[in-house]
Amino acid sequence: MDGISLLTITVLAVFVGFEVVSKVSSTLHTPLMSGANAIHGIILVGAIIVAGQAHEPLVLAVALLAVVLATANLVGGFVVTDRMLEMFRGRKPGGGKPASGRPEPGVDKQKEEAR
Amino acid sequence: MTLLSPVWTALLYLAAAVCFILALKGLNSPRTARQGNLVGAFGAVIAVVAVFLSVHLDNIPWIVGSIAVGSAVAAPVARRVKMTQMPQLVALFNGVGGGAAALVALLELAHSEDGWMRVAVVFTLLVGAVSFAGSAITFAKLQELMTTRPVVFPGLPVVMALVLLAAVGTGVGVVLSGSQALAVGLLLLGLAAGVLLVLPVGGADVPIVISLLNAFTGLAVAASGLVLGNVLLVVAGTLVGASGTILTRAMAAAMGRSVAGILFGAFRGGSTAGSTAVSERPVRSSSAEDVAVLLGYAQRVIIVPGYGLAVAQGQHTAAELALALEERGVDVDFAIHPVAGRMPGHMNVLLAEANVPYESLKEMAEINSEFKTADVALVVGANDVVNPAAKTTAGSPIYGMPILEVAQARQVVFLKRSMRPGFAGIENDLMYEPQTTLLFGDAKDSLTKVLGAVKGL
Repeated sequence: MDGISLLTITVLAVFVGFEVVSKVSSTLHTPLMSGANAIHGIILVGAIIVAGQAHEPLVLAVALLAVVLATANLVGGFVVTDRMLEMFRGRKPGGGKPASGRPEPGVDKQKEEAR
Repeated sequence: MTLLSPVWTALLYLAAAVCFILALKGLNSPRTARQGNLVGAFGAVIAVVAVFLSVHLDNIPWIVGSIAVGSAVAAPVARRVKMTQMPQLVALFNGVGGGAAALVALLELAHSEDGWMRVAVVFTLLVGAVSFAGSAITFAKLQELMTTRPVVFPGLPVVMALVLLAAVGTGVGVVLSGSQALAVGLLLLGLAAGVLLVLPVGGADVPIVISLLNAFTGLAVAASGLVLGNVLLVVAGTLVGASGTILTRAMAAAMGRSVAGILFGAFRGGSTAGSTAVSERPVRSSSAEDVAVLLGYAQRVIIVPGYGLAVAQGQHTAAELALALEERGVDVDFAIHPVAGRMPGHMNVLLAEANVPYESLKEMAEINSEFKTADVALVVGANDVVNPAAKTTAGSPIYGMPILEVAQARQVVFLKRSMRPGFAGIENDLMYEPQTTLLFGDAKDSLTKVLGAVKGL
């Protein structure tokens, strides 16, 4: 792709990036940071390309290290964000009281085991 | 093998990029956040499948094996980490991403003939390395492997300036010569710069630095996309860079700081040192039963949770106490400071884990005017975020940070482990005020005792 097209895409992406997070409440700052953190793990794509073109052992070793690190960023990032978010629950529909003041250990344990 | 034509590849990358935008968009609201994150993960899967099908790759077994290793290490850690330790894990994941970008750029240098391409390589190397080393120091600070206080030594600004100058010089050298050896040197300089950048940052400001380094990694990934001519990396990296910048500013604003002030505040010396002296002034301490009476016969109680609550794993007990008080007809809210915990929004996550509905979690702007109508402000394991020094003491390290106005409540109850100052290392005058009562002990134990006493009223 020629330089000017890449520049166009980059500039537009900057504005999209500004727009999508401009109004987020501080409640979600941590998950948002963590989610954005997971997204840049997509450097995995670059690491795979470099590793796939490596012909010397040293180059391959460094590239594979990059693959491992990028995968950790990508997979770990999405998993930890999901863990944070699964805890956001609203009030149960219909009830004015909090959903439950007490954790439901039975339910949580079953979920943990299902994993 | 290349199964996909360039057009199909581009379409799949476009789909992945749209997924990432939808993911960030979804993360704006608690209702759609989890779904948004899954959409982002789906986009990542599309992109990885697309790259395997579209580029001629050697060493595929090695690559697949490495992906398996990375997943096998990261996923269980992310699954099992305690919610209180999550900020440092995010820092760690951010760092390895930056490291990966720097390594990719290092290897791509051999294929970059064009001068501009090498500029992008140099940028990725430097920023990726800064992000890696900076995140490692952040991790160490949050894990308390090293001191959480600012680390400064005489001449730090000079050393930093020298490292940056050397980095710029080496960078120019790499662009002109394409030398791998110089590139490795640049990588090392970047690591040094990352360490020097984060060392002088005080504990309470560390979360903002994580966010900043997150944006850095995004930019490094975008630049590596330019090097590889990969549009998806450019778009995803730029998205993270841009949104990360906005997020960093939002977090800094929530603490009443400027990003430059956080990074370079300690350089100017003096103010961030804080005081370690524990004063001998008298305080009023009390029993769990007395606190229970105060709470049980109040009309309106505002609970101010802090990191101490999280460390003691007392969030579930706090939620139970709120429920018990509500059953007695007491109006209970949780006042959440933007940086309560160790990271903006961290406390919301912890309380959500304890099944406190997010409607009861009031943000600072919303709740601050309500403290004067509250009978009791119950401060559990928080200190800096309610410290009036932020408003009154110009030399204090937290000066200028907006605080929760608990002093306006009729009674203030602190549940504290000891008189030890908070994360920022400064004393809280509010604890010596006549309307303040202290209940010493582990946050969870104290809450359990108070809860029992409230139920017995």
